[in-house]
Order: sequence, then C-alpha cells, then structure tokens
Amino acid sequence: MTELENLIAASIDNSTREVFATMLDAQIGFDGATIESQMSEANDGVVSFIGLAGTWTGSGSLACSPAMACRVCSRMLMTENQAVDDEVLDAVAELTNMIVGGVKTHLEPSLGPLGLSIPTVVYGKNFRARGAGVAEWIVASFGWEGETLLVKVCLAPTTVTHAHAHATGHASQIEV
Amino acid sequence: MESEILVVDDSAAIRKILQRVLRQTGMSIGAIYEAGDGQEALETLKTRKIDLVLSDINMPKMDGLQLLASVRASAAWRNIPMVMITTEGGESKVAEAVRLGASGYVRKPFTADQIKEKLTGFLEAVLP
Repeated sequence: MTELENLIAASIDNSTREVFATMLDAQIGFDGATIESQMSEANDGVVSFIGLAGTWTGSGSLACSPAMACRVCSRMLMTENQAVDDEVLDAVAELTNMIVGGVKTHLEPSLGPLGLSIPTVVYGKNFRARGAGVAEWIVASFGWEGETLLVKVCLAPTTVTHAHAHATGHASQIEV
Repeated sequence: MESEILVVDDSAAIRKILQRVLRQTGMSIGAIYEAGDGQEALETLKTRKIDLVLSDINMPKMDGLQLLASVRASAAWRNIPMVMITTEGGESKVAEAVRLGASGYVRKPFTADQIKEKLTGFLEAVLP
C-alpha cells in the first residue's frame, strides 16, 4: 500500500476502535487492511455509506451482518434488538457517521478540510454497490464477538474524481 | 422547578443516548424534548420554555449552525445556553460555532462522563 493508503488504514483502525470503546464500551480487534477494486462482490446484510468532499472526494462505508447490526444497536442504546428495524439502521448510520467522521478528522491535516454528508443505510440481500470515481477502496476488517465488520474508505483528488465521472458517465448506484 | 432541555439530532439513536445520559446526571431535569433538525427545534422553542439546548451540527433541512444563528438572533432565546455536539474534530466547524455564540461543544464519540462534565456547569446555572 502507498503512504496515503497506510495513513487511511491507520485512521480507520484508530477511529473504529475509539468509537467502539467510547460508545459501546467494547474492544474491537483490527484484522488488517487490504485494497479492493471498485466492483465489490454481491452483499447480504447491512451496508452504510457516507460521502466525503473537499479537495479530496470519496465515500466511507460500513458492512456487517444483520446479527452484528442488532448487537451494535443493543450495546449502543442499551436495548434488546433481535431483528433489523429502524432503530438498528439508525444506530448503524450513527456508527458510520462517528467512525468516518473520526477518519476525516485524522486525515484533514494531510488532505485539507473535508465535509461529511448525511449517512445512508441499506439492508437487504444480494445487492452490489459502487461509487463513481477512480479510487480503490481501502478495506479494514474488524472482529467483534465472532462477527466481522468491514470499514471501507475511498478517496481521490477532487479533480480526478470529477473528470473521470464526467468522462465515463458513471454515477453512484446500488444494484438490488 | 426543573430544567427543561431540548436535544436536537437527526439520529434517533443519539437522542436516545443523550436522554439516558442526561437522566444519569442526577440533576433536577424535567422534560427532555427532542427535535430531528433545526426547524423542528425552532418549533419546540416557540412552544416550550427551554433552559438548555444540546444540538448536533450536521443535520438535514436546518443544521446546527443555522439553528444556533437563529437562536442567537432572537431576543427571546439569545441567552439560552447552547452546547453543540459534532463529529467534526477539525477547527473550522467548531470555530464557526464559537463565533456564532455556542456555549460549548462535545465531540462524538463521547462518553457519559464527558457529557456530564460539559453540561454540569450549564445545568447548575439554569437550575433554580
């Protein structure tokens, strides 16, 4: 990985562990980071997205099983959530906001000011997601109570992202 | 007499957590009202006597900075303590909030102790 990719991976690691420790009173284990090309495998479960914009543009994303989403919500809100409902999706959205917000804060000294959008959460089966732009995703894997949480971030200089998107006509899409 | 608090956040999860944390302070808190954005918050301020506002910054429709500016521009509400809650760790949003008259800010993620510590002074000031 490049120096920037290592910085992003370290930022994801720090932010994710901090959010779990403070908001869930839980320790989550970092299992390493890899680079993933744009087209991801088909997903089942809960996936969230949040946009990043500034001189660099991209997205952050969380992916986990429905069981982990329920467990995160139960731990965060001190409730008993057995199935994915609005409360669980809202908790995952907020988890995304805080984790990617932390990554943004870690990266701003190197990349300049970044804005954060409102998060979106998707729950379903056999869906595939991709974002516009040329950047690859840095994918960090975490283990917690036998479940896996994937935290993904892609970032590219704004001019490159826009030029590519306009040239190819790519747009954000979710295939369900 | 108990203080009435308005919690403003587009995340129902965060509103729920803040409700719980505020109740845990052990202070004399009465009603805790909730709003999902700045517009809803302004509607609540029109109909309730609010002693303290705790508001997220990044929200749809009307964000926390716009809400803060509206509150500080109002003769009726300008003295209400307003504490901002934000994932924005950078200085720009926080500096803007301070410039607009924020009474303080708390960065997400937060612990219950951090919220309590930040709010205790404001709550003591507004409590009879």
